[in-house]
Amino acid sequence: MMAVAEKSVEQDEVGKPTARRNYTANDIMMFGAIVLFGILGPILFPNYTFQIAVLWLMVLFAQTWDVMGGQMGYNSLGNIFFFGAGMYICTVTQIGLFTDVGAYTSSTDQGNFNFTPDQYYIGVAVGLVFAAIGSALLAVALGWIVFGLRGPYFAIGTLGIALAAGELIGAWEWVGGGGGIPIPVYPGSGDGKSFFYYVLCFASAIATFLFLKWLYSTRFGLAINAIRDDEEKAEAMGVHTLRHKTVAWAISAFFLGIAGGLFGNMTGFIEPLEVAFPTITFGIFMVAMALLGGKGTIWGPVLGAIVFHIVKEATWTYFLGWQWIALGVIIIINIVFFQQGIVGWLQEKYPHWFGIEVEGASK
Amino acid sequence: MTNLIEVRSVSKAFGGVIANKDISIDVPEGQITGLIGPNGSGKTTLFNSIVGYHPIDEGSIKFKGEEISTYRVPQIARLGMLRTFQQTRIYGAMNCIENMLISVPHRNATFSDMFKPYPAEMYDRAEELLEFVGLYQKRKLHSGDLSFGQQKLLEFAMALMNQPEVLLLDEPTAGINPTLINGLIDRLKRANTDFGITMFVIEHNMRVIMNLADSIYCLAHGELLASGAPEEVQNNQSVIDAYLGAH
Repeated sequence: MMAVAEKSVEQDEVGKPTARRNYTANDIMMFGAIVLFGILGPILFPNYTFQIAVLWLMVLFAQTWDVMGGQMGYNSLGNIFFFGAGMYICTVTQIGLFTDVGAYTSSTDQGNFNFTPDQYYIGVAVGLVFAAIGSALLAVALGWIVFGLRGPYFAIGTLGIALAAGELIGAWEWVGGGGGIPIPVYPGSGDGKSFFYYVLCFASAIATFLFLKWLYSTRFGLAINAIRDDEEKAEAMGVHTLRHKTVAWAISAFFLGIAGGLFGNMTGFIEPLEVAFPTITFGIFMVAMALLGGKGTIWGPVLGAIVFHIVKEATWTYFLGWQWIALGVIIIINIVFFQQGIVGWLQEKYPHWFGIEVEGASK
Repeated sequence: MTNLIEVRSVSKAFGGVIANKDISIDVPEGQITGLIGPNGSGKTTLFNSIVGYHPIDEGSIKFKGEEISTYRVPQIARLGMLRTFQQTRIYGAMNCIENMLISVPHRNATFSDMFKPYPAEMYDRAEELLEFVGLYQKRKLHSGDLSFGQQKLLEFAMALMNQPEVLLLDEPTAGINPTLINGLIDRLKRANTDFGITMFVIEHNMRVIMNLADSIYCLAHGELLASGAPEEVQNNQSVIDAYLGAH
């Protein structure tokens, strides 16, 4: 395996672009393993289809958080806002395309309205598109306000947005207020629904990965890394910093909006505090997963999410009552003993695997 | 000979501290202009004012005839006026080539340019310039692992990569090994003659600035004390007093 990695570094000499921005043999192996698990997972463990689907959403969470937190150095604690926004936009679209949203949300029998299968699928498709675009636009608008903040102020400012959104939605009766909205019912069996959303979650996580891998290979990748390393220097060199920051957040929001739309449909019922804007669970998990795996790396958030989710689900199942303690221990070990995360640690230990050159390394 | 930078009666105070008072300076095109003065005399403040780091209280700053005193840092950088920092600033977690690539001019960068790859010519240019400053062998190392002097050279190469019309250098030789200083002076001069980059240089090392500059301005206590050819300034009694502390 190492010999293959070495070779790809050699090829890099000819192909110019630096190695860590190309697909190495290791990348392809990892990617293959993940795709294989994605396909075989629900076949081998049919009872866990929902949990594996959530795993892919977790992978998506960590990856999108890392665009800002890892690659650009802006630690947002409020990215969950776009998840909730996407969820509400998707749901309201699914309902609003075919019936009156106010009547649907205010009555106990959903305005006595039943969706035909065609209406359901069209609603989900259009809803997800709107969720993605709507969340991205919200990120652009909010970016104008919060990108004046740096460091801890940015973290707290974004957290405030997510918390405020939960409260505001809770007071907005048209979208069901604190009582929430029952989602249109899937026109088919429970297994059919699990499979349908499994495929969408898996595809979203893979699409996010491929998109980000490409994105980091463009000038954009270098620009956000430059902002992370020294934003003032980047400004002094004429980099359009605000433009890059805004686009980075909009990209995170785009994919998180899709994730929100999917998760709302999977749970079947959405409400603002626990499902749409869960700042202290998903909102913090996405940060913890990216840190665990290694922020600022392409594989770190993916691996971090997988390890974190498996530990979380295992403790939930076998050590109920201890699950929060287990997660707390993971976070503490991560922060105290290896802040660079799993992949960050590997990069330090075996830089040649990643095509990174170090002074005095034998070649 | 036209002036690329024209500073007219610029004043800047921080609270009660007057950092610059009624300063007027010309930086002629194609030349190397020096700026000297004791510590705390307001040199870096003047640099910061010119590049838009903070607003000025009074006066006017023109770049190629365009009033830039209300512009912000990235705008001014994109006009073709670049500065380097006294405390060297590079992108430490990126390798040298990447540091160079992100430094390409952003003057005409459109929205879609963000998502393009770098063409091979830019890699070639990055490698040429790293060769020019003597860092080619280190090109794939993380720039944060380089020594301070090497980082300074890298920062200079990054500035050249940006193809500025005028370069403001804040103490380019500070912290550099004396034997490397001659090489650096040589490269600064070549950047001026070969690449046609106008320079405005803050420097404490008298030997360096006398050797390098075509004309020199001297600040003390935030005010312009003297200006002229290097020999004139060097022999000016008030400049000598300012440096030696006489009143």
